[in-house]
Amino acid sequence: MLCNLVPIALSVGAPRVVPTRGIQFPSGDPSLSAAEERSWRRRLLETALRAVSTAVSGPTVFDPAEVGGAAAVGGAG
Amino acid sequence: MSLRAVHYLNQFFAGVGGEEAAGSPPARREGAVGPGRRLQAMLGDAVRIVATVHCGDDRAASDPGAARAILQLAGDADLIIAGPAFGSGRYGIACARVAAAAVAAGGRAIVSMHEDNPGAVEAGAAPVVLSLETARGMEESLRRLAHAVSAIAAGDALSSVDHVLVRAVRGNRLADRCAAERAVDLLLARLHGDRAATEIAISGFGRVTPAPPVADPGSAVVALVTEGALVPQGNPDRLESARARRWLRYSLAGRSGLAAGEFESVHGGFSTVLANADPHRILPLDVAREMEAEGRIGRLHDEYLVTAGNGTHVATAAGFGVEWAAELRRANVQAAILTAT
Repeated sequence: MLCNLVPIALSVGAPRVVPTRGIQFPSGDPSLSAAEERSWRRRLLETALRAVSTAVSGPTVFDPAEVGGAAAVGGAG
Repeated sequence: MSLRAVHYLNQFFAGVGGEEAAGSPPARREGAVGPGRRLQAMLGDAVRIVATVHCGDDRAASDPGAARAILQLAGDADLIIAGPAFGSGRYGIACARVAAAAVAAGGRAIVSMHEDNPGAVEAGAAPVVLSLETARGMEESLRRLAHAVSAIAAGDALSSVDHVLVRAVRGNRLADRCAAERAVDLLLARLHGDRAATEIAISGFGRVTPAPPVADPGSAVVALVTEGALVPQGNPDRLESARARRWLRYSLAGRSGLAAGEFESVHGGFSTVLANADPHRILPLDVAREMEAEGRIGRLHDEYLVTAGNGTHVATAAGFGVEWAAELRRANVQAAILTAT
């Protein structure tokens, strides 16, 4: 689950949560250039794939900052 | 003269199979089966379970025609008994829909499930007898159900004393004190340590059992789903912007991206200007296609599921979740990425 309101996601028991940067854009960030935003979106999906591949026993946050090399793969700039 | 009842069970309790049989179609067997045998023993002679109708959970929760097909198999029974479904979402929704359809068609029906089951709000005019949360409470749950069924057979009215769910009814009435005074009273109560005082009780959220991990996303079918109300431009199917009662599906087949002006968000809970300028901010199709082409994702499911998560009743949302899970499992999807606003 990609969302900005992480405490709510955790309180309703969402098992795998990826924090994002704004309520209005769960898979984007309009403050970035188009290429940077696409790279950020890539990073979010990389994190989501890491989340669904990981066993969890309850609500767990997966930090997009922990995806190694994702930004480079996304081709920022 | 005894009442002729037909008992509805899912594939598991009917002995057809486990999750591998969750797609099995509605079918009928004569007499009581599984928990129905124990129920029959408790009911004695006043009610006779003449047949059992069963259906796989995925099929029953996601096929809109399932309840009607199940009722047709039940034939001319005097009473439909469904469950106990305990806390099981798909099973509970199936039981509730079968019972609601039976009552809507002029028949009699009764359902058994836990009060947190998302099916509890879908039973329509059929009474819901509260079961325990899991099948470990089978004996007590059947005892409650048998008591309520016997009461129906005797023509008695059911109440909360019989463990029947009493639905909260909201209505208008004139309060004797103004809202400011009541609010301050609640605040003072809280300051004195009473954290439960409220005029509007909020129900609990229950628990979500995490799905087991996907072994390899590179060989999995992955679905994109969202509560961000992203629909084709012009909202042709009239998705509600708030308090949605339904969800929709749209094809992604042959699509590599979502152009501004082709899709829009009709979510009523935030400004959709940024989402409409680039719909990928709600549904990340562009990057998902890129990762599919690279083999990081085995295959993208060829449609996305969508609703508007805005002021939605928790029970309704939980029901959507159950339906989506059943729908995606039926399509052999192994993982879903939900974008939530």
